[in-house]
Amino acid sequence: MSARTGRVRILRGREWARPVRPARRELVSALPELEEGRPPLLFVPGFGHGAWAFAEHWLGHTAGRGFPAYAVSLRGHGGSAPAPEATLRAYVHDVTQAAASLPRQAVLVGHGAGALVVAHALARYPARAAVLVAPVLGGWGTLGAALRHNPAGTVPAVFGGPLRLTRRQLFSPDLPDPQARQYVARLGRAGRRAQWQLLAHRAPEPAVGAPPVLVLGSPDDRVVPPAALTRAARRYGSAPLLFPGMGHDLMLDARWPEPIDAILDWLAKA
Amino acid sequence: MSSSTDHGRPDPDATVALAPDGRSVSDRGDTVCVIGAGASGLAALKNLREHGFGVDCYERETGVGGAWNWRHDRSPVYASTHLISSRPFTQFPDFPMPDDWPDYPHHGQLLSYFERYADHFDLRSHIWFGTEVIRVEPVAGDRWDVTTRSTGGYGPERTSRYAAVVIANGHNWSPKLPAYEGLEQFRGEIMHASSYKDATQVRGKRVLVVGGGNTGCDIAVEAAQQASQCWHSTRRGYWYTPKYLLGRPADQVNDGLLAWRVPLAVRRWLHRLVLRLTVGDLTRFGLPRPDHKVYETHPIVNSQLVHYVGHGRIAPVPDVARFHGSAVELTDGQQIEPELVVFATGYLPRFEFLDPSLLGDDGAQGQPRLWLNAFAPGHPTLAVVGLVQSDSGLFPLSHWQAVLFARLLRQRVERPERAAAFAAQVTAGAGQRYAGRVVSSSRHVFEVGHTEYLRAVQRALDELEAA
Ligand SMILES: Cc1cc2nc3c(=O)[nH]c(=O)nc-3n(C[C@H](O)[C@H](O)[C@H](O)COP(=O)(O)OP(=O)(O)OC[C@H]3O[C@@H](n4cnc5c(N)ncnc54)[C@H](O)[C@@H]3O)c2cc1C
Ligand SMILES: NC(=O)c1ccc[n+]([C@@H]2O[C@H](COP(=O)([O-])OP(=O)(O)OC[C@H]3O[C@@H](n4cnc5c(N)ncnc54)[C@H](OP(=O)(O)O)[C@@H]3O)[C@@H](O)[C@H]2O)c1
Repeated sequence: MSARTGRVRILRGREWARPVRPARRELVSALPELEEGRPPLLFVPGFGHGAWAFAEHWLGHTAGRGFPAYAVSLRGHGGSAPAPEATLRAYVHDVTQAAASLPRQAVLVGHGAGALVVAHALARYPARAAVLVAPVLGGWGTLGAALRHNPAGTVPAVFGGPLRLTRRQLFSPDLPDPQARQYVARLGRAGRRAQWQLLAHRAPEPAVGAPPVLVLGSPDDRVVPPAALTRAARRYGSAPLLFPGMGHDLMLDARWPEPIDAILDWLAKA
Repeated sequence: MSSSTDHGRPDPDATVALAPDGRSVSDRGDTVCVIGAGASGLAALKNLREHGFGVDCYERETGVGGAWNWRHDRSPVYASTHLISSRPFTQFPDFPMPDDWPDYPHHGQLLSYFERYADHFDLRSHIWFGTEVIRVEPVAGDRWDVTTRSTGGYGPERTSRYAAVVIANGHNWSPKLPAYEGLEQFRGEIMHASSYKDATQVRGKRVLVVGGGNTGCDIAVEAAQQASQCWHSTRRGYWYTPKYLLGRPADQVNDGLLAWRVPLAVRRWLHRLVLRLTVGDLTRFGLPRPDHKVYETHPIVNSQLVHYVGHGRIAPVPDVARFHGSAVELTDGQQIEPELVVFATGYLPRFEFLDPSLLGDDGAQGQPRLWLNAFAPGHPTLAVVGLVQSDSGLFPLSHWQAVLFARLLRQRVERPERAAAFAAQVTAGAGQRYAGRVVSSSRHVFEVGHTEYLRAVQRALDELEAA
């Protein structure tokens, strides 16, 4: 799927008439010591996660390799303003706002449901490139996988309660237990409406500017089944890059340097 | 990368051809030329690059932003200018303005928005600042010879050959000045609104403002606060839309209705009703009754004019009949004695570098005959971007014009039959209008309803790209 095949939508009267209300946004960054003209990366965490999830390892590592690195917290997450009634549209707004505020055209990197937010944002902001990490692109398949691996944490979400992710879904056994528990304890929750929209939402509109898109994940991810990874990658005309043995949270798991190095290598070539 | 003080022309290694008259022309191959780095030119530059084209953009000023850089000598913007179209209608569709900005940003914010757009998409390295386009001529193969020189006429002329040209020179800089009997004898000060910069120019004076467009109303409001006396002369009555209606920016309310496809007659009725319930009958204040229906003139969005008329700080008067030595005679026979007259009578488009017939403007009236206000019959590689006066924000319209042109240029290579169908459409549709009935006035030639216009662009894009 690229800008060249989908139909561009010009008229958005309803959106213009009802702009998304601004909400305080947390944007954390790590900048390279030397500005080398590389494109900035904007990391978008998935539901329940905040910018902290990238601040832990990936931001510093990215900056260390010469790329300006930023992470945003979607409203209601991390250090952004509380937003229990947030919608998917509001999250997309947060991402396009953060992207447009950067000094140069950005690469959008979305993790989990953050990848869905990025997929929508690509239709509203001409990203230089996009990376979908363990993408949760929604639909009923997502629910099926979640129910299979974590029925107790998932069922309440169906009724508007919080989605509770478990250590086993998010991390490989390689991550020391106290560390994993600490991460799980930091998880918040997405807005109720956004959670439902994850299941039933319109397919993302075509990306503007036809950016190259990389999909990566782990075949051992207990949130995103391998078939979903392949499907996501096929949508963007490629195959997923796989990191066996890792959990859903590739940016926090024990072997976190591998995927981010692969992303930066790909960018350097793209 | 060129800095804002770089002058000159790109690419020394371009191949050299000869123009029919023997001048040397450097051939820029598939590169597209964009004239002007105001909002419309920047949108063209960014979108053409996004579609893979090389672009040379020429800008006579030393910075981007066009009209919104109020230091530019031709800028029509004055110190107090705020947008009349609210943010969602004014921002580019793929580069939102910061959401913590006000509904109606200040002109300084607009300038910083365009500067950030230029930096974000790395556009400045493709812009040749301080360089004026003085001639654009068609040559064989639908290509164009563009002649430039340093702004102000210094330095040698240079001619380059381009695959396509985008004209984005703006249409709010060349003053439209009506002729009046006796104007030469008038001993007071006169100026066109284009030279009005800030309130110090009216402070303490008796001021007559002529013209009831948004400029005239803004300046009258400023004179109401700063001048010793203010008359506001209009040749008809208008509908003064406040910036906020029903607790929201007026244009957002209107588009809410448009999105539900509420018919025009009902929207008119609602609009009149809201005005009647709030400001009431304006003839009570001595303002003339509008001689047209709501939406039949370019919207005036101004909450303060009526307010100051109500305070007695603005005296509404009819059209000017003639000037005398120290007095101005109005059409109702009244004579007033202003020290300063500001003509806010609008602007006329000007394409001084182009044979007007190329744009179908045979009588050189400043009224091109184009399709979608952008495409000239018989010239498939020429587009004018930004030659629209929208009932809403202009920049999204410029953006989509640019996207449409970029895709057209691409289809000329990839699907020539689609491009040919487009060309036929341009010829058949030249002169089409995209607004409901409007009052006949030179300023309404480019008036478009943004919904109608964008719908037409959407259709054009769909047909161009249809499988
Ligand atoms: C007071 C005022 C307020 C307005 N408010 C709004 C508003 O609220 N919302 C809205 O949407 N619109 C508004 N407008 C309309 C306004 O015209 C547009 O917003 C906008 O400035 C048009 O952008 P542009 O790029 O088409 O033209 P311009 O901004 O005029 O830019 C044209 C550029 O081309 C350059 N140029 C011209 N000729 C040449 C040449 N021969 N060679 C090289 N360079 C050249 C100029 O130097 C300039 O930089 C307002 C206009 C005025 C006068
Ligand atoms: N954001 C803002 O705050 C803002 C501010 C100013 C301008 N603008 C925009 O800039 C553009 C230009 O606006 P503008 O106000 O400068 O010009 P304009 O819209 O063309 O208005 C010109 C005014 O002068 C009158 N007029 C023209 N010729 C006349 C004549 N010979 N005798 C008497 N009256 C005459 C017109 O009357 P008719 O009704 O008969 O045509 C009209 O009232 C518009 O798109 C406007 O929306 C925006």
